[in-house]
Amino acid sequence: MGKLIKYVLLAMVCFISTNLFAQSSPSPAPAGFMLSEGKIYVVVLVVLVILSGLFIYLINLDRKISNLEKE
Amino acid sequence: MKFTWWKLVCIVFLLYVSIAGFLVKVPNPPGVPLQQSIRNLFFHVPMWFGMMILFIVSAVYAVKFLKSPSPKNDFYSAEFARTGIVFGLLGLTTGAIWANYQWGKPWSGDPKQNGAAIALLIYMAYFVLRGSFTDDDKKARISSVYNIFAFFMLFPTLWILPRLAESLHPGGLGSEGNPGLNPKDSNVHMKLVFWPAVIGWTLLGVWITTLRIRLQIIKEKKYHG
Repeated sequence: MGKLIKYVLLAMVCFISTNLFAQSSPSPAPAGFMLSEGKIYVVVLVVLVILSGLFIYLINLDRKISNLEKE
Repeated sequence: MKFTWWKLVCIVFLLYVSIAGFLVKVPNPPGVPLQQSIRNLFFHVPMWFGMMILFIVSAVYAVKFLKSPSPKNDFYSAEFARTGIVFGLLGLTTGAIWANYQWGKPWSGDPKQNGAAIALLIYMAYFVLRGSFTDDDKKARISSVYNIFAFFMLFPTLWILPRLAESLHPGGLGSEGNPGLNPKDSNVHMKLVFWPAVIGWTLLGVWITTLRIRLQIIKEKKYHG
C-alpha cells in the first residue's frame, strides 16, 4: 500500500514537471491557465504538492502507529 | 490509520486555504503598504491561534492530571505543549520574515514579538523542568503545576501587555483592531479563508499531537507493562 502511494506520487510529480516544461518556452503573450494572473497558479500548485506530500507522510505515520498499537 | 472526521476536515480546509489563500482578492487601501503580503494572514496568524489553542488544551490536561493522576493525562499535557511550541516557533519565524519586508528588519522589539518570545521561553522551561526529573510521578505532578503557571503567563505576555503598548502590529495603543488583524486590511472574502485556515492549521497541530501521544502510550506499555 505504501509503495503504491509512492508510485502514484512519483507519477504526479513527473506529470507536473513536464507540464511546466511544456509551457516554459518563451512566448510573447502569457498563454494558458498556468501562466495567467502573473503565474500565481504555479505557486498554488507548488504549495498544493508540498501540502499533499505532508498529508501523505502524516497518514502513513498514523497508519504505522496504528499497526504498533495492534501488536 | 485511525480515521476520524476531523482529520478529513483538516485536509480539506488546508487544501482549500492553500488555493483560495492565493487567489482571493485582497484590499489594497492607500496608505497601507501591505499589498499582497496580507495573504500571510492565512499562514502566519493561524500559527498563533493554533499555538494558543494547543496551550489551552495542554493546561486543561495539566488540571486533569492534578485531579486524577494518570500517565495518560500527563502525556496529553506534555505533547500538546510541545506541538504548541512548534507552532509558536513557526509563528515567530514567519513573523520575522514578514517583518523584514514590512518593517525593515526581522526583529524590531515590538511588544507583540517580545511577548510571544517570552511566552515561548516560559513553555520551553517546562520541558527543561520535565527533563530534570528521574522520578516519573514527581515529574508529572510538578510539571503539571508549572504548566498551569505557564498558561497563566500567556495572559500578560500575549493577551494584555501587547495591547496596552504602541505596536507595529495591528491592535495596541493608537492602532485599530486586535493583535491578529486590523479590520481595515481585510474583507469578507478574506474572512472566509481565514477562519478555515485557523481551524485547518489547528487541527493539523492536534493530529500531530495525537500521533505523539499514541507513541508515548505505546512506549509506556513497552517499558512499564
